[in-house]
Amino acid sequence: MYEHDVIVVGAGGAGLRAAIEAHEEGADVALVTKLHPVRSHTGAAEGGINAALHEKDSWDLHAYDTMKGSDYLGDAPAIDAFAKEARHEVIQLEHWGMPFSREEDGTVSQRPFGGLSHPRTTYAGAETGHHLLHTMYEQVVKRGIEVYDEWFVTRLAVTDESNPSDRTCHGCVAYEIATGELSGFYARDGVILATGGLGQAFDHTTNAIACTGDGQAMAYRAGAPMEDMEFVQFHPTTLPSTGVLISEGVRGEGGILYNDNEERLMYEYGYANNDGELASRDVVSRAELTEVNEGRGIEDEYVHLDMRHLGEERIIDRLENILHLAEDFEGVDGLDEPMPVKPGQHYQMGGTEVDEYGHSCVDGLYAVGECACYSLHGANRLGGNALPELLVFGARAGRHAAGAVEEEPEIPTGPGAKSDDWDEESPAELGAVDATDPIAADGGAVATPQEVLEQAVETERERVETLMERDGINHADVRAKVQKTMTENVNVFREESNLKQALKDIREAREEYQNVAVADPSRTYNTDLIHTIETRNVIDVAEAIALGALARKEFRGAHWRKQYQERRDDEYLKHTLYAWNGGNPELYYKPVILEGHEEKYEPKVRSY
Amino acid sequence: MSTKIEEKPETETEADEQTSPGEQRRELKRERAAEREQQIQEELSEAEETVGIKVFRFDPEVADKEEPRFDSFTVPFFRGMSVLDALVYARDTYDSSLTFRHSCRQAVCGSDALFINGRQRLACKTQVSDLEWPIRIEPLPHQDVVKDLVVDMEHFYEQMHAVEPFFDPDETPDGELEEQRQTPENREKVKLSTRCIWCGACMSSCNIAAGDNEYLGPAAINKAYRFAMDEREGEDRKQERLRIVEQEHGVWRCQTQFSCTEVCPKDIPLTEHIQELKREAVKSNLKFW
Ligand SMILES: Cc1cc2nc3c(=O)[nH]c(=O)nc-3n(C[C@H](O)[C@H](O)[C@H](O)COP(=O)(O)OP(=O)(O)OC[C@H]3O[C@@H](n4cnc5c(N)ncnc54)[C@H](O)[C@@H]3O)c2cc1C
Ligand code: SF4
Ligand code: FES
Repeated sequence: MYEHDVIVVGAGGAGLRAAIEAHEEGADVALVTKLHPVRSHTGAAEGGINAALHEKDSWDLHAYDTMKGSDYLGDAPAIDAFAKEARHEVIQLEHWGMPFSREEDGTVSQRPFGGLSHPRTTYAGAETGHHLLHTMYEQVVKRGIEVYDEWFVTRLAVTDESNPSDRTCHGCVAYEIATGELSGFYARDGVILATGGLGQAFDHTTNAIACTGDGQAMAYRAGAPMEDMEFVQFHPTTLPSTGVLISEGVRGEGGILYNDNEERLMYEYGYANNDGELASRDVVSRAELTEVNEGRGIEDEYVHLDMRHLGEERIIDRLENILHLAEDFEGVDGLDEPMPVKPGQHYQMGGTEVDEYGHSCVDGLYAVGECACYSLHGANRLGGNALPELLVFGARAGRHAAGAVEEEPEIPTGPGAKSDDWDEESPAELGAVDATDPIAADGGAVATPQEVLEQAVETERERVETLMERDGINHADVRAKVQKTMTENVNVFREESNLKQALKDIREAREEYQNVAVADPSRTYNTDLIHTIETRNVIDVAEAIALGALARKEFRGAHWRKQYQERRDDEYLKHTLYAWNGGNPELYYKPVILEGHEEKYEPKVRSY
Repeated sequence: MSTKIEEKPETETEADEQTSPGEQRRELKRERAAEREQQIQEELSEAEETVGIKVFRFDPEVADKEEPRFDSFTVPFFRGMSVLDALVYARDTYDSSLTFRHSCRQAVCGSDALFINGRQRLACKTQVSDLEWPIRIEPLPHQDVVKDLVVDMEHFYEQMHAVEPFFDPDETPDGELEEQRQTPENREKVKLSTRCIWCGACMSSCNIAAGDNEYLGPAAINKAYRFAMDEREGEDRKQERLRIVEQEHGVWRCQTQFSCTEVCPKDIPLTEHIQELKREAVKSNLKFW
């Protein structure tokens, strides 16, 4: 068994920041991560990091923009803390050596970004995330923080009182990929989940193969609900064969979208007569899919993004990296031919329910980064707001776990925060298939943290052995089924019948999952086993997304419902929670907090 | 293709009365295998073209893989297909034990540097259409193979860590929201060196590194360059950095063969950076004598 004060699970931007802060506060901290830190998907971010640094700008404007962008589903305590602290975090990143792009006078450059009232996006070329990730990993190396890399965390070690708010997290169980060793990691002061996104719930995504929603699913099973999962951001211009993102920059510079009839679809079919290609991400994504659905897509799959008319000189000057992306990942020369693009899953707004310190309702269990939901992005994330989020909330959780925060949180979590129940029937059964699906430790009978941990390790050992020893089907089939139905039915268009279909398919997948087995008999680097375990996480998060989407009968932010084309503040100014509840999941709601310290945010129409 | 499970194991007892869950699973597995076989045939015959890949296999723990061997797979070809796509297809369709690292699929995570048709390349960034077929895929040479295409990266990481790879300025501005200044020219100077994704392709391609295990290697030296040339760090720190790279197993080992520069997927002028550090080291030694 390994032992530390604070265990951080995941070493992307959020995990690294949390580890550094806990270390600064004197904690003995370790990072446990299934990928080596520099392989984390934070490295893929291109665009930038928002912070109100400019004299003429101010944090409250940033907060206001974020609240408006969230379509009033953000919580003011999280948004205010975020906008205030992002400034210091970005400057600190500069002090740590981040190679930001610069102005002539040597100061950090800031550029305009969608939804922002001021140019406040700092960046480092077109590789902002790469530089952020490496700069922060360098600081981890500098501090000698212990990293267990290629250790896959499979389960949290949590006591199992019946009310999740009474539970305590004492650590986690991890599997060393190289050797097949399963070990307990005892965390004296807390476990911080920073496991990133869940794009693998969809078959077309800008996310990495490793983005399988592990943290959300593990916390959910341990008692911390998932919040606002129905809010998924899709990006309208991703390459069809891989999901690699072609940035807004192309349309910003004048790139045009064409359908199979070579019509300029945004105008020809009236999707956005004013803004055309520059309309917001969700509008453009829906336009593209409508074209495909109505038979005007190319190869029934995608549309064309053409930039040739901009001329070679301008393209090379402004959009050179796009040329490389199209060439390397789609085999297309953007100077010569239009680039194929289609919408892809991009960012998950929802996640593990936590307060503004990243603390969940389970004592000692934290979540930060894309896997968490402190209600910062609400129903829609503004571009450039995720990277500063990693810094601000990574630091906050690290500080809190190290015992250096005295303030009480304002955002309530856990069952006590419930305001109303969802009172409809689910079209398919939810949650555990049978009672043998391992749930928590053991009826509250276990006494010491070590015992809780030992039991968790034992449960995982049995799970791994069962998967390895029995005969059965390949998890890849099950995962593909979930991905397919999510992409078909829970995309930018949401209709009641489709959402119901998705829930049925997910149920079917969950039942089939009872029959999966790992064919590779080896203990050495068994990725078959890793992916098989991840697939169960994919099923849990997919279910939460689909059910949350079915339950929310309104159009808010990224969540569009065919029958309900209005935002309905009277009914839905509230967060969706989805709790595992010992295998019988429960969907309920809690109120949004619009009351900030300085001002109260009044819901306004979100139009750009 | 979708298969409904006809017999749901509703409860343990009910299942026991008919067939055991184990038998049901095996039955399902056989059904799946048959379906899969059919699906593969369909996909292969629908595809206008198929591509063959020959993949290195080795697992010290599994009886028939203890001796390294090559397995061949036939994969339907589509436009835009990368070598990584071909590997994923082979794994998910034919053999789930086929093992390789990969994550981002877009040349930023550095997981999938492999030896493809005799050259170090990132599988995700290499288009199948750009290669001769059948494609031969091996793990990075000069590194210990853990299993199939996975090599032990520990030594590479140690070398990266050996150059004190972290920014270390003498002081930072006092103002809470004040950044250090850096000229756009200086930023431009270090720009290419900061692009490294730690893939290890350069190290694997380098003859010197193959012969001298302690040689820092191109990536680590480039990392040192990234900080030594950054004007935000002080002059003393720069001198310390030069001392690190001019040690016995440092820059002077490089014989400017350019193999690292040729294979680097991020187009970092590694050899040039090494040469520049040599010159800087000479300059600074002259100064101190
Ligand atoms: C293509 C792309 C472009 C983007 N551009 C921008 C942008 O310009 N600006 C912006 O603000 N945001 C952007 N985003 C969003 C932003 O980059 C992400 O939300 C953010 O980087 C996520 O960081 P993270 O630390 O939460 O997760 P990640 O960086 O994904 O890290 C997750 C970590 O968790 C580990 N992990 C996961 N599961 C386990 C497990 N079971 N056991 C152990 N370890 C585990 C992984 O190894 C990894 O280290 C972009 C996203 C994408 C995909
Ligand atoms: S220098 Fe280039 S080849 Fe070497 S590790 Fe870095 S990215 Fe890979
Ligand atoms: S998969 Fe990340 S570099 Fe190829």
